[in-house]
Amino acid sequence: MSDVTYVRLLDLACGVFLLAAVLVLWRRDLAAIVRLFALQGAALAALVTVLGVHEGLDGDGAELVALAVGIAVLRAVVLPRLLRRAVADGGEARETEPLVNVAASLVVAAGLALLSYAVTRPVVALEPSPAVHAVPVALTVVLIGFFVLVSRRRALSQVVGFLLVDNGITAVAFLTTSGVPLIVELGVSLDVLLAVLVLQVLTARMRAAFGGTDLDDLRELRD
Amino acid sequence: MTTTALLIAPVGLPLLAAASHAVYGWRPRSTAWSGAAAAAGLLACGVALAAAAVDGPRTGLGGLLRADALSAYMLIVVGAVALPAMLASPAYLAAEQAAGHAGPADLRRYGVLTQAFVAAMALAVLAASLGVLWVAVEATTICTAFLVGHRRTRHATEAAWKYVVICSAGIALAFLGIVLLNFAARHAHVPSSDALDWAVLAQDAAALDVDVTRVAVALLVLGFGTKAGLAPLHAWLPDAHSQAPAPVSALMSGVLLSVAFYAVLRVKAIADAALGAGFTRTLLTAVALASLAVAAALLLRQRDYKRMLAYSSIEHMGLIALGAAIGTSLAVTAVLLHILGHGLAKSAAFLASGHIQQATGSTRVDAVRGLLARVPLTAGVFGAALAALLGFPPFSLFASELGVFRAGFAAGMGWAVTAALLLMLVIVAAVAARAGRMLLGAPRPGPGAAALVDGARLPRSAALALVAAPAACAALGATAWPLHTLLDTAAAVIGAQP
Repeated sequence: MSDVTYVRLLDLACGVFLLAAVLVLWRRDLAAIVRLFALQGAALAALVTVLGVHEGLDGDGAELVALAVGIAVLRAVVLPRLLRRAVADGGEARETEPLVNVAASLVVAAGLALLSYAVTRPVVALEPSPAVHAVPVALTVVLIGFFVLVSRRRALSQVVGFLLVDNGITAVAFLTTSGVPLIVELGVSLDVLLAVLVLQVLTARMRAAFGGTDLDDLRELRD
Repeated sequence: MTTTALLIAPVGLPLLAAASHAVYGWRPRSTAWSGAAAAAGLLACGVALAAAAVDGPRTGLGGLLRADALSAYMLIVVGAVALPAMLASPAYLAAEQAAGHAGPADLRRYGVLTQAFVAAMALAVLAASLGVLWVAVEATTICTAFLVGHRRTRHATEAAWKYVVICSAGIALAFLGIVLLNFAARHAHVPSSDALDWAVLAQDAAALDVDVTRVAVALLVLGFGTKAGLAPLHAWLPDAHSQAPAPVSALMSGVLLSVAFYAVLRVKAIADAALGAGFTRTLLTAVALASLAVAAALLLRQRDYKRMLAYSSIEHMGLIALGAAIGTSLAVTAVLLHILGHGLAKSAAFLASGHIQQATGSTRVDAVRGLLARVPLTAGVFGAALAALLGFPPFSLFASELGVFRAGFAAGMGWAVTAALLLMLVIVAAVAARAGRMLLGAPRPGPGAAALVDGARLPRSAALALVAAPAACAALGATAWPLHTLLDTAAAVIGAQP
């Protein structure tokens, strides 16, 4: 593919990737949040495919495309399905009033984007290629994930925040160096999957013990 | 060949024990002891690897596993803490079962998860790649999540949730650091298969891009620091350590924190070679003093003795971080000795606290009075372990704390050491006052006062585990010479200068 097409497709995939994260801040319907998360997983897989095709399918690129298939299965199908089941079991369809309202959240997201451009300047300076120029976008997703983690009050939204962080870091890995070694990538994916399963079981227990998954109830252990 | 076997066995033995629990369940006369056997085997492998690694690092499994003096020493620490914890487990679980807190399925799950947890820690210290090290440390969070939440009460569920969310999110920062370090290494023309190998990275550190490495190191220290219980992301620790079953608390407090700090030491070796010692020194001094301050402030108004032990762990990790910040070879050998001494003393304290909790049915300090008169063995061990943790001789923590302070003054960090000493004085006062009330004084009359299980009626294995750990800590304080060569080599491995 020509360089112009490559850069356009790369930017398109990154744009969808970032937009999905920003929309998570905007929506309060939990089912919609899970759909956005699946969309983001698909955008990440597309991003890795574009990088793979650019490297050439007869060399390292083929491995990247294979990894992209794995990413699509895990992050666009398996994890969203797990989350969807958790939403269905819980009977709580909406996020409660978040600590920070939607308008303020979007302003914070803009601030986080500026912050990530500032932080990643040394990274971009080291290798000013089109892929590395997109690293600030991926880091913005990481920061938005942390923001969701601290500002949302439903257990499921926190899990989505954690997964946004993880998606963002995976994107940074592929944009900078076409990924960490395969064994590490596999181990990380397994850890993430297991962590989500653990959190799902804990959500069910929380519902049994507290009668809901409002994290404001988790205030009994303190000094 | 033998080296490869020695490298695989520490991970394989606990996994075998886990498999035995999965297949046969928890049987009081057979599988219940497989964990202790695996821990003994792990300890033996650690000693054998230490003997071999003093002459140089050993690798196995196609370069995936590596043991140098530091990894071998950490393996010994894992084994030395796991052994008493596993010896004490059958008695602890029998009492839990008798009290109706656990059924056969819970016991089976306990067996499988604790052994998987020990295997993950062994893998973490033996991994040659920072990436595999990260995967193993994250795996420990997953293995212990259900152990923390085992009682399924509101408190247990809350503790488990916070534990998984804060630790997973914190350690995600470390993974971002690893990704950036990988990027810097690839630009320094390290081949992709070695780009996360800590030995290669430390060797080629001078070629790494300074600005990218600085960001990566800050993320790595913060991320692994979360799992090591260092401020500012320490909030999960007192909840998780106070809710887990006592033998698991012993493992988490005594050795899991140190395994996470081991990762910080590996990162520090790379960072010091790439950026000079100043960067990690500033970073680690800041988190060390913050951790000590948090521990001192919250110990002053602590009313729960298991949480008191948990905050004491934050204090000791802060002290260990301070020693690492000083970074001279005296400081680093003292830090390593402190890791072992703290592991032994803290595991004894948690095991004793488990028996106290089972006997009195409460973890509140003011619900427990006159223990020394009523349960002399358990209370004696609890008191001795607390004395060790407060840094009194003859325990090894006295020697290692002295070493850290001397190294600090010699390295021109007197102000930091003075601040640490003042905070530790507050901690000594707070802990000693509570320990005095629990151990001494007249028993409070009332229901339940007569129901205490006397120390003499503890099963022999549990009594042995209780006594052996503080005894080993005292022996180590009296004479640490068998470890001298190993400690010096381990300090040299991470680039500590005299």
